[in-house]
Amino acid sequence: MSTASEAPAVGLTHLGSEDTGLGHRGPASKSIVVPYGFWLFILSDMVLFSALFATYASLVRATDGGPTTNQLFDRNLVAIETLALLVSSFVCGLAMIAAKRKNMLWTQGWLLVTGLLGVVFLSIEIYEFSSMISEGAGPQRSAFLSSFFTLVGCHGAHVTCGLLWIGTMMAQIWAKGFRQDIMRRLLCLSVFWHALDIIWVAIFTIVYLIGTLP
Amino acid sequence: MSEHEGELHNVAPGEPHDNMLSETLSYVIGLGLALLLTGISFWVASTSILWGPGVATGLVVLAIAQMGVHLVFFLHITSGPDNTNNVLALAFGVLIVFLVMIGTIWIMAHMNANMMPGPAMTNLMIQRG
Repeated sequence: MSTASEAPAVGLTHLGSEDTGLGHRGPASKSIVVPYGFWLFILSDMVLFSALFATYASLVRATDGGPTTNQLFDRNLVAIETLALLVSSFVCGLAMIAAKRKNMLWTQGWLLVTGLLGVVFLSIEIYEFSSMISEGAGPQRSAFLSSFFTLVGCHGAHVTCGLLWIGTMMAQIWAKGFRQDIMRRLLCLSVFWHALDIIWVAIFTIVYLIGTLP
Repeated sequence: MSEHEGELHNVAPGEPHDNMLSETLSYVIGLGLALLLTGISFWVASTSILWGPGVATGLVVLAIAQMGVHLVFFLHITSGPDNTNNVLALAFGVLIVFLVMIGTIWIMAHMNANMMPGPAMTNLMIQRG
């Protein structure tokens, strides 16, 4: 006859067992659970983008006699965009390092550089979109252009949200300091910002580079 | 109970290491590799030395490599026991992404091939008609 203390308790607490059903130490701390939940959101966002990529790949040749990828895209602009977003992602990491040491000046400085590089990226994208639309290559021109604006525009919308979030975090760190909850939000922001760069790698390869092959 | 208990300990994705030097080094290596891969991508796309039909595949491979660099050096996803949850979630995400993309492209390519008769088929139908 096994006593309560010997029996391997599975699931719910009973017979005086101290097992909570959540592992030896109970649930993980909030500083693990919150970024993990955000990581799941990021992955589902990637699934959303995969649908947009699939749409784009299916419609890229449906130009309806309108402009094609080779006529529209400018590799030099894309190279600058890519560089801006990559360095921005790197600087965001530096901001995280400074924040972990609770260094206000460097954290704010690096976050500012991160945001400014994001603004450079977004400005180039807006310039590209507006010049395409003024040439009559707007999203209503063909199925290809509809899917192009949806895919790249969705990424641009994410970058815009990220910029607003960076500004918010700068203000919160300034006003409230390096509190636990603020640090969790900052970690989520950095995961978000790095994920945007990962999606951009797929966009500049599939849309811009493969689209402008001779 | 110690926080650094190996298997029981979890790490959040993107969480910086404790050591400032190794952390900074990780980002610098990541930036260097990403710049290198981006540079190679742009070079591969513009050179005429390489065999044309293989270039697109090469670019996709380079992009996947660069995503790996970002995951490892920027998001600190490792194969360590403290990262099991992050890796499993990532693996599921990658599975769905590949299913959606490859499945769609595959099916749509076959639909195009089956729904639109090529010139030879059209010719044949006219002759028989």
